[in-house]
This record gives sequence, structure tokens and C-alpha cells, in this order.
Amino acid sequence: MTAASNILPQSRRAFLKGAGSASVMALTIGFEWISSTRRAGAVAAPASGAPFAPNAFLRIGADDSVTVIAKHLEMGQGAYTGIATIVAEELDADWAQVRVESAPADAKRYANLVFGTIQGTGGSSAMANSWKQLREAGAKARAMLIAAAASDWHVPASELTVSNGVVSHAGTNARAKFGSLVKTAATLPVPDQVTLKDPKDFKLIGHKAARVDAAAKTYGSAQFTLDVVFPGMLVALIKRPPLFGATVKSFDAAPAGAVPGVVKVLQVPRGIAVVAKSFWAAKQGRDALQVDWDDSKAEKRSSTDLMAEYRRLADQPALPARKEGDADRALRDATQIVTASYEFPYLAHAPMEPLGAVVKLSANSCEIWAGDQFQTIDQANAARTADLDPAQVSIHTLYAGGSFGRRANLESDYIVEAVSIAKAYGADGTPIKLQWTREDDIHGGLYRPMYFHKLEAGLNAQGQLTAWRHVIVGQSIMADGIFAAMIKDGIDGTSVEGAANIAYAIPNIAVNLTTTKIGVPILWWRVVGSSHTTFAVEAFIDEVAHAAGEDGFTLRRKLLEHHPRLKGVLELAAEKAGWSSGPLPAGRGRGIAVAEAFNTYVAQVAEVSVDKDGHIRVDRVVCAVDCGTAINPDIIAAQMEGGIGFGLGAVRYGAITLKDGRIEQDNFNNYRVLRMNEMPRVEVHIVPSIEAPTGVGEPGVAPVGPAVANAIFAATGRRMHVLPFPKTGDT
Amino acid sequence: MSTTFVLNGKSATLDADPTMPLLWALREVAGLHGTKYGCGMALCGACTVHLDGKPIRSCVTPLSQVAGRKVITIEGLQSKQAKAVQVAWIELQVPQCGYCQSGQVMSATALLEKNPAPTDADIDSAMSGNICRCATYSRIRAAIHSAAEVLKA
Repeated sequence: MTAASNILPQSRRAFLKGAGSASVMALTIGFEWISSTRRAGAVAAPASGAPFAPNAFLRIGADDSVTVIAKHLEMGQGAYTGIATIVAEELDADWAQVRVESAPADAKRYANLVFGTIQGTGGSSAMANSWKQLREAGAKARAMLIAAAASDWHVPASELTVSNGVVSHAGTNARAKFGSLVKTAATLPVPDQVTLKDPKDFKLIGHKAARVDAAAKTYGSAQFTLDVVFPGMLVALIKRPPLFGATVKSFDAAPAGAVPGVVKVLQVPRGIAVVAKSFWAAKQGRDALQVDWDDSKAEKRSSTDLMAEYRRLADQPALPARKEGDADRALRDATQIVTASYEFPYLAHAPMEPLGAVVKLSANSCEIWAGDQFQTIDQANAARTADLDPAQVSIHTLYAGGSFGRRANLESDYIVEAVSIAKAYGADGTPIKLQWTREDDIHGGLYRPMYFHKLEAGLNAQGQLTAWRHVIVGQSIMADGIFAAMIKDGIDGTSVEGAANIAYAIPNIAVNLTTTKIGVPILWWRVVGSSHTTFAVEAFIDEVAHAAGEDGFTLRRKLLEHHPRLKGVLELAAEKAGWSSGPLPAGRGRGIAVAEAFNTYVAQVAEVSVDKDGHIRVDRVVCAVDCGTAINPDIIAAQMEGGIGFGLGAVRYGAITLKDGRIEQDNFNNYRVLRMNEMPRVEVHIVPSIEAPTGVGEPGVAPVGPAVANAIFAATGRRMHVLPFPKTGDT
Repeated sequence: MSTTFVLNGKSATLDADPTMPLLWALREVAGLHGTKYGCGMALCGACTVHLDGKPIRSCVTPLSQVAGRKVITIEGLQSKQAKAVQVAWIELQVPQCGYCQSGQVMSATALLEKNPAPTDADIDSAMSGNICRCATYSRIRAAIHSAAEVLKA
């Protein structure tokens, strides 16, 4: 069996190559039609068994199958299930009949409406941008199935009902599954207007729809990029420079070429590629490779040098990101001043599936199989690398074994690497799989940037918080590339989000930013700016509360009086955690933190135990989340649980450090992540809401660090000012 | 050079470098893709398979070491414990990205085959070598307890 028939059906091309049966051909026709006209009747005389494809997101087969076409990547956050749930709800489909397949790269049909004209997944936007689009897609298809039944049965459409994939007419007891209506439906016009369901009638949304990918991922049959195989496929590894900015001076291919199974050793823009018949041969070949590097232009500083410079810069003039009142003056007038600084390291995303891509490049076409997150950006970058037109590049999006932002990058690093190898190999159609090792991933850059935060707060004689001055120093994620236009007045919004927009009612606020230029490639990392700003703000407000002699919850609630949704999650988390029951016994502590990220509101209460040696154990995290309409409460809970584990691992252990420009970490031995024995008990409470849904993939990450830090303070009296936390909590 | 062993209940002879890690022999020679590569250094557990009934990291196990022995991968799980684990995994909706889950299921199955009523501490001890970056740990723990309950009944 070849990969083409082994992987999820991806696109027309995959269908044709993979099988070619009559039914598959019929699907192809349906797909062609989608872009050409909105009238289903335009399909060339639908043969018996042809599907009904009323729009770009949906196809209903004569076998009653409902196939939802996903414009988003499934990288763990449940996007496929959420997308299918929205369509199936308005369609009144039988959930057991619903399938999901990934869309081809196409900005016209499949753009992320939050991103504008780019097809891609990120910013916790999959549900938010698909909500209206997919409800309409489902509702219009439902209306057409009703119209088809009305036509077939000669009854008024208004007398028909739809439930669980069956259209019924009470008066005549007529019943039909979707499949039997497909032929007629395909001849009918797509309605312009359609009435969406009243939320009180939702049967799937807000209830438990099982994940569409759970079984395949439990039985080991889900297809990831690592699993793609074609006859004659070669595997390539790249030896990249040990320092960022270094280049190849010279290399000796002979020792690598002598390894059995190595086919070619090729210089590519990112280093030297060893192309072999298997991973193991490519790995041994790469280990044998001799390369001399030119590091004259490389970044050679150490993390400690960079942080010293950041500390110095925090006292220099900076650009304003938010200015309300006069914070400088209010600080001068304050009767009590609280100050603190917080240091954040570079972080790697380290998704479980190391990056990889399979490319088939020939003179006039390029096919890519990958856990692709920015499909149309990757398509354009691949085309540029291959000297092709974007239309000649097709992308088959597979399940991604995690990403946390890593696969969404504007240079399409790993995709472009794979295409460049295929090009150097001769662009002869040979399928080539580029595989990164874990060490490549940890050394590979595009980290969450390092940051330094300095905060000052002023309290008046009554103990009221009157002044807030916050300085942030660090690299800009948006500075280079196509999003640079989003930088306004020198402020990269991703550097200050979660800080410049703090919701606390403080009369004098100044949030300032100094952007640095460092030769370390950086990128967004799960929850982006709030991965550091929320820690600084929420740890510091706790220090302010302590200085003012107030309880952390009480002060926050007072300052959020005019922010009902944040106040709502704060109160819910505190209530469920038993905050009002008072402090925990000696050696234990409770801490609270809130965050707004991607229009979702989260509050968490952490409980920790600290033993006599200073070892910290996070026992419990109670989480309240308001993400508007809860499309799938179980997936929301899972994302909060996972976000908490991800964020907790980072604040406790996560650090990428440089020594003379060289990354000091290599693999999971020295880039520690959270493990089973360190996972707290997590309880998730979802605020009931009929607001439009917002994202849940990232926001849960933000509050856990400061909630735990505040709990450690409650237990020990020690503040956490440098991340990650000291190893035993007592240094 | 070939190595003969029992793979998922059937005799298999793989023609490969005997120093090749079992992981890559399973994936690239035997064509079994359920076992994943995550670290290559026995640090993450994504490559966990059973060797004579015990969980091992196939990424650091040379092919030569399994000669004449019994290897079970996610594709060959048959025991009642394995079935209970997989049913519980789906019931509790454990997977997110799913990439580590073959290894998690292999480790959890090996635990229950040895210890029908694991405590939380037993689970920590048996499962802490399996990293999940999506941090599905709470559900893994709950699913192991759930599978143990079903097996007891």
C-alpha cells in the first residue's frame, strides 16, 4: 500500500492517485463544481451515487456519509471535531456518519477569516472564524435536503423536519436518510438566505460530541508526516550550523557518502543535506559528515550577556504602548512604591512529532505532505524555492503531532528545506522526506523570545493602587516578514499583549516597550505575548496586594469591577477552589491569576505543597473559562488541562540558553517538560454563554505560571522573579 | 544481514543492519508505523513496544537484541488489558495531537498486565517516562484507573 492511499484523502489529486474508483471520481466532480458555480444543478448530470456538495465545506454521499472539509490543521486542539460539530449541528446530521478531511491550500475558499487572505491555523481562531461560515454551510445544505424531500414527496417544505441524518414528514410518515436525497438536492439552487438555529435547539453544540480522531490516535493508525511512505522514497537529514547566522565554509562529503544507504550529499541554503534510503542511513551519514563553518557573522553572545543588556535597557527610554494619566507623577506622589522585575528565557515548542515534510518535486509540480499550519504561506514559499507558480504547488495537510505555534512560521522553514533538497536532488519527482531529529528541533531556533520585565506600582495613603509602570524588553516576533506592517509606532502588539491591555482599573498606567535585535530566530509560542506578560502582571499584582495588605482575589475583583467577564471567571474559580475558606495549612499555599487571551477569559487557582527541602508539588488547579458558546465542553476542558500542563512545564523547567552563541540544550534530558508525576489535579468550570465562541487552544496556558508562583509565595514567602523556577524552589 | 524474531505473534525476518534501532526496523523495514520517533534517546517513550511482555524503548534497542524474542507493537496488541486500555482511552477522550499515544497505550497496557490495580504512585512510576506535550496526563491516569476497574469486574 502506498502513502497516497494510506493517508487521509487530502485533495482531488490524492483521490485520483490513491484509488480511482468510480465513487472517488464522482467526489472529484463534486469538488470541481464547488468553485465554479453556486448552483448544484451545474454538476454534469449527476450519476447515481454522486455526492451532494453544496459548498466548499461539505459533501454528502449517497451512502449517507457526511464529509466536512477542514480548512484548519488538526494539531491536537480538536479543530477537526469542532469544525464538524458546527456543520453537523446546523445540518442535523447523524454524528456517527460525519467524517473530516483536510482542504487543499486555497486562500479563496479556505482563508482564515481572522487572518484575512491567508489559509492557516493559529491564534486560537479556528472556531471563532469558522462559526458563522460553517453554521451557514450546514444550514444551507439542510435547507436543500428539505427542498429535495419536498420535491420528491410533493409535500410543503415547511412540514418537514430533520433529525439525526433523517428527513421526515409527519403527515405521510415519509422518512429519508440524507443519502437518498442527494440526487435531487444536487439539482437545486443554493439558498441565499437561511435561518440559523436558536441556541436552545442545539443538540451537538454544548454537548459531548466524541472527537473524530480519538480512535485512530488510540490504535496507532492516525497518519502523521512521519508515516508517509512512497515507493522509492528517500529520507534526508540536514546538518545545520551550530551557531545562528553561521554558514558553510567547506565540507567533505566522502565520509558521509561512504555510509551504506546514503545516496547523495547536497549543499542546500540551510546546510548540508544527507539523502539516504532510510532514516538510519541518513542519520549515520550526517554523523560522519565533516563541515567547516564560517561563523564570522554568527550570534556569539550568551544568554547571561543578553539578560544583563536587557536589564540595562529597562532603565533607558522606551516607546509607549499604553499611556493613561501620568504614571511618573503618580509614582512620585505615592506613599508606597512596589517594584519587581521578571526574567523570561527563550523557550522551544518541542512538539512530540519532530518537524518533517515529504516533497515530490518535478519540472512543473510540487506536492507536499506535512502537518501544515500556514498552507497558503507555505505554498507561496515552496513555489518561490522551486521556481514554480503557487498554483503548481499542492499541499496535503496531515495530522500534526503538536505544534504550539512552531509549524506556523512565515519563512516556512522546514517546508522550504524539504523543497530545497528536492530541488538540489534534481527535481526528478523522487519523493523525499525531510526529517528533523529531536536535537534539530531543540537547536533549531524560532523560540519564544527572551524577555525582561520591570514593574513599579504606587499606592496612595489609603492603600489604593494609583500608578502602574511596566517596561518590557525583548525581541519582536513581527519585526521581519509579512506581518511587519502590523507594527504601529514601533510597538509590536505581540510583545505587549496581556500587559498593555490589562483590564485593572488603575488611574495612571504607562506600559513601555524596548525592542531588541538579537541574532536568535524567534516565533510565537502557545498563547504568544501572554506567555510572559500574564506572568509579570499577575505575579506583580499579587505583590501589590500583599504590600497593600489585601487579599489577591479581593484586590483583583475590586480592580475588575467594570469588566464583567474577567470578574466572572475570577469569582467562579475562587468559589470552586474554596478561596473563601482561608489559607491552607503550613507548607501549602493557594494562588490565583487571571488572563484574557484571544478574547477568552480564564482564571486559575493553584494549590501547592512545599516540603522541608523546598521541593514544590502542584496539587490542584481549578480553572474557570469563558469562551463564549461552548461548542464542545469536553474539548474545552481538555484544552484547559493541557494548557495548564504545558504552561506549568515551562515555568518550572523550560529554558533554552546560549553559551557563546551555542544552544546548551539538546533533547528532553536537558530541555525538561512536564511529566505524568508532576501533573496536578485539574478541575475546569465553563461559564455558560451564548456569545460567539472564542478560542481555547492557548488561553489556558497563560494564568497557570503566576497562579503557581503566587501559591508558592503563600506557602513559603518566596517570590519567583526568574523563570524557570529554581530547581528546588529554595535558592 | 537478517534478524528473525516473533513480531505481533508471527515469525518475522528483517533484512537490516543489526545495529539499526528496532524503532526504525519496525517502521522502515517491517512497515509498521504506529510506533513513533520522538527523541531517539529513550527520553520520551513515544517508541515504546513490548519485548517479551515488558515495555522497552525501541529507539535505543538494536535490532540484534530482539533476535529470537517476542515483540509486540501497537498494531499487535491483543491482551484483554490492552483492549480495556484502548476502550478507556476513547471513552475518556484522551488523545489530543495523538503522536505520543501509541507509546502511552503500550506503557499503560504493560502496567496493567503486571499490576491489575495500580495506585496513582504505580501509575506515576510506570508512565513518567512517556512524555505528552499536550499534557493529557490527567486523562491517561483516569483511563488507566477506568480500565483497571473494568478488568476487575
